[in-house]
Amino acid sequence: MTGLRKGWRQAKWEEPLVYDIGDPERTGYIIPFKDEEGEMLRELGSEPEEALKEKGLLREEAPPLPGMSEVEVVRHFTRLSQMSYGVDVGPVPLGSCTMKYNPKINEAIARDPRIAYLHPYQDEDTVQGLLEMLYLLEKWLAELTGMDRCSLQLPAGAAGELTGALMIRKYFSDQGENRDEMLIPDSAHGTNPASAAMAGFKVIRIPSTQSGTVDLEAVEAVLGPRVAGMMLTNPNTLGIFEDKILELADMLHSNNSLLYYDGANLNGIMGLVRPGDMGFDIVHLNLHKTFSTPHGGGGPGAGVVCAKGPLVDYLPRPLVEKKGDKYYWDYRCEKCIGRMRAYYGNIVPLVKAFLYIASLGGEGLRETAIQSVINTNYFIALMRGTKGYELPYDPTRPRKHEVVISAKPLERETGVRALDVAKALLDTGLHAPTIYFPLIVDEALMIEFTESEPRREIERYANALKKIAEKAYKNPEEVKKTPRNTAVTRLDDVAANHPRSVTPTYRVLLRRLRGEKLIL
Amino acid sequence: MLPWAPSANKKDREYMLKTIGVSDALELYSDVPSKALLKKPPRVGFGRILSEWELRRIVNNILDKNRYFTSPPPFLGGGICFHYVPAVIDSIISRNEFYTAYTPYQPEINQGLLQAFFEYQSLMADLLEMDVVNVSMYDWSTAAAEAMLAALRVTRRKKVLVANNVHPEHLEVIKTWLLGKSVEIRTIGFNEETGTIKLDELERNIDNDTAAVYIESPNYFGVLEQGLEAIADIAHKHGALFVVGVEPLSLGLIRPPGSYGADIVVGDAQPLGIGLNYGGPLLGIYATRWDRKLVRQMPGRLIGLTKTVDGEEQGFVMILQTREQHIRREKATSNITSNEALLAVAAAAFLTLLGGKGLRELARTIWIRSHYAAKKLRGIGIEAPRFSSEFFKEFVARFPKPYNEIHKHLRSKNIMGGLYLGDKPPLYDKHSALFCVTEAHSKKDIDLLVTAIGEAL
Ligand SMILES: Cc1ncc(COP(=O)(O)O)c(C=O)c1O
Repeated sequence: MTGLRKGWRQAKWEEPLVYDIGDPERTGYIIPFKDEEGEMLRELGSEPEEALKEKGLLREEAPPLPGMSEVEVVRHFTRLSQMSYGVDVGPVPLGSCTMKYNPKINEAIARDPRIAYLHPYQDEDTVQGLLEMLYLLEKWLAELTGMDRCSLQLPAGAAGELTGALMIRKYFSDQGENRDEMLIPDSAHGTNPASAAMAGFKVIRIPSTQSGTVDLEAVEAVLGPRVAGMMLTNPNTLGIFEDKILELADMLHSNNSLLYYDGANLNGIMGLVRPGDMGFDIVHLNLHKTFSTPHGGGGPGAGVVCAKGPLVDYLPRPLVEKKGDKYYWDYRCEKCIGRMRAYYGNIVPLVKAFLYIASLGGEGLRETAIQSVINTNYFIALMRGTKGYELPYDPTRPRKHEVVISAKPLERETGVRALDVAKALLDTGLHAPTIYFPLIVDEALMIEFTESEPRREIERYANALKKIAEKAYKNPEEVKKTPRNTAVTRLDDVAANHPRSVTPTYRVLLRRLRGEKLIL
Repeated sequence: MLPWAPSANKKDREYMLKTIGVSDALELYSDVPSKALLKKPPRVGFGRILSEWELRRIVNNILDKNRYFTSPPPFLGGGICFHYVPAVIDSIISRNEFYTAYTPYQPEINQGLLQAFFEYQSLMADLLEMDVVNVSMYDWSTAAAEAMLAALRVTRRKKVLVANNVHPEHLEVIKTWLLGKSVEIRTIGFNEETGTIKLDELERNIDNDTAAVYIESPNYFGVLEQGLEAIADIAHKHGALFVVGVEPLSLGLIRPPGSYGADIVVGDAQPLGIGLNYGGPLLGIYATRWDRKLVRQMPGRLIGLTKTVDGEEQGFVMILQTREQHIRREKATSNITSNEALLAVAAAAFLTLLGGKGLRELARTIWIRSHYAAKKLRGIGIEAPRFSSEFFKEFVARFPKPYNEIHKHLRSKNIMGGLYLGDKPPLYDKHSALFCVTEAHSKKDIDLLVTAIGEAL
């Protein structure tokens, strides 16, 4: 160890808002073929302003948007980027989010003009290459999930859930059945109940057992003619595999209910276990999780919905088809729920997912899953017996893609909460895990390294957590004052949300500064 | 070696397994019913791990089957048009710290992203003259669907009115997203002459159970709606919300929706520095005026300004999260979580690169070029624009013979012409096509198009 530097600090710039730098009169953009405008105007014989004013459509003045030169724009956003943190900077082990490394080759290829410059309404014979990729991608995802067909239309996982819920709804209403209840475990992600409700279902909460899996007796107790289905993720959000999944599927199917798979947690079992073989009828996948496409600070990602048997007819249309060696969009929609978005899908992430699967193949994907599970359990082994933390729900069972540990002992004994642990981690240059989720674990720290983290980073992470606990026992107030090494210190959520001070735009800020009483 | 899994090597694996206390990694799957466990890896990809170079070569062959058009750029309309995206935009959204980040759940370490999002919200608010803008929706169509859902919640009513001249795919998406709600979606017809919606039909159909009136301006035909205040008045008189879909670039020159009484504004920021990419990803806009209910019922992520706890500095955090699914679960305003936030950074960079005046100039040049194209087409006897009301960027042209035949000729000249409307609602007219002309089209490009069309007549 050469000990080059000690103590991490994030970059910090005194970078003001664009409104304080720019000026509406300034611009860094040159309009193409500007010199031809005069001639076209002469031909028209009238200025746009006249025509629009006459019809009452003219905006009297240019919008008050600050303009800048190109170099100023670049510097502004580069400085902002230096006050941000992603997987390329260090581990982002947010549980449930599957923050993998985003392979650079995929980024490079996805920018190819043979993709970037395609208009969605171009003639099909000019997009055969792209359609071929989408066709193969669909085939591969169907194979990986054990389903028959997939729609690539969805922009994210949550949109996939809504799609699945609507498919279930239409499927039953087509059979003249009125099933309006959806079962959802208490450990489920918030999008599951939210999606079910958007599709018009009443949500029935299913408790977990002591061992952290779905309580089958509780399911049995609520099953009835109104139960349309159950939304489930397996492994669940505790990282535990639902080992009674086959029984659960049988139970639901014998009630003629359907089983929906939330694919956000597929990473640890990809290529080893398929939702279709576990008895699921509809599946969504989050390509920005399991299939390595970047999260982009919130998106764009892509969702895919796959279905089996009679449910295929209900998938959103169009789907890619092949006839001879020609690919085309099939818009026929007899039973389908309709369209879930305009155009065909989030193509760029879809292409990146295609490249990811192409690179790894079935064996590579399987090994990837195995490595992610080894990483989780290695971390558990390193943390075992660490004072301040505990592993709730059967600590002897191996976890899969992620693990949820609890800082409850630490909180009870020192007053230092999961939130403080998260902030203290930031101070060491490590991103915090997901906290306070799933809701069934107190002071939850939900950690998912994925296969992308090297052993060394996992060890560093476990050490950092141990040191934070040690510090909490000695001097809890220190820990509560973190973070100090990030661009700003801890931020005030209460003021941010207070009806009298909440400020979502510069426009509202100016109105407040002018003395307007804006209460939300 | 396994690409992108650094510890998947013999030495680390053995050490890690030993520490865990198992001898074989598959022991970690002992709780999986053996019946469900795959015996062999699934057959996906190309049957083996590919090196980068192999991948590039395979993909290169596939992509060679695509054809893209830059000289001239496509004249296709349909809610998405070819615009030039300055190189600087891609450079900014390729910053690793931005594009490999997650949603900024930990604000202190992601101030940069949060500030960029806040700037997007602010710039978009100023462009629309609305007060509150979220970080993004998936696209225009889903933003419109979410606006309908929000209107149903805010008004507690059971009916929405949608203009029949909105993008037909938007209408379809609205219908799909509302499948689970027992609501009535009624369409309002448009005037065949002007292309704008029929106010008398709107008046006849609106009632005290109407939650929202949804129109787009420019609409599917590129036509700017007239009498927007009148529509707003009709909606408001019946206690319904006025929801407007806009093309944001047009607002450099055209009146913003905040100035004529819009309650919720939706749209797509694709014209603001976002590439075509065969139609996705896009950047859905969702904005409201300052109103407790409208904001509290808003879907999606919102960023707000705040102070540090010690009061020393300012910073940004995600706000009003009690609307969202992770807290409110089945009572959330929406299920959305992942969104299109990186593209909000692109739009913010684009808007600051242009500035207000630059944006006006850009909108102006698009108006001039699209009108020049229409006039030239009229010069050779084509009905362009087909509708008489003022238009922006896109327009419908009606030909003396089926457009397909003309399109074929254009293709033979390496021109990707307009969008055929013979198989699409609401016109289903074989003689019509939707054209789009932007700053990316030179006068020569337009003249070339007109000449080629002339040859095909
Ligand atoms: C378990 C689970 N389900 C569903 C989702 C929703 O997916 P998305 O963010 O792609 O909409 C997520 C992630 O946010 C998740 O972790």
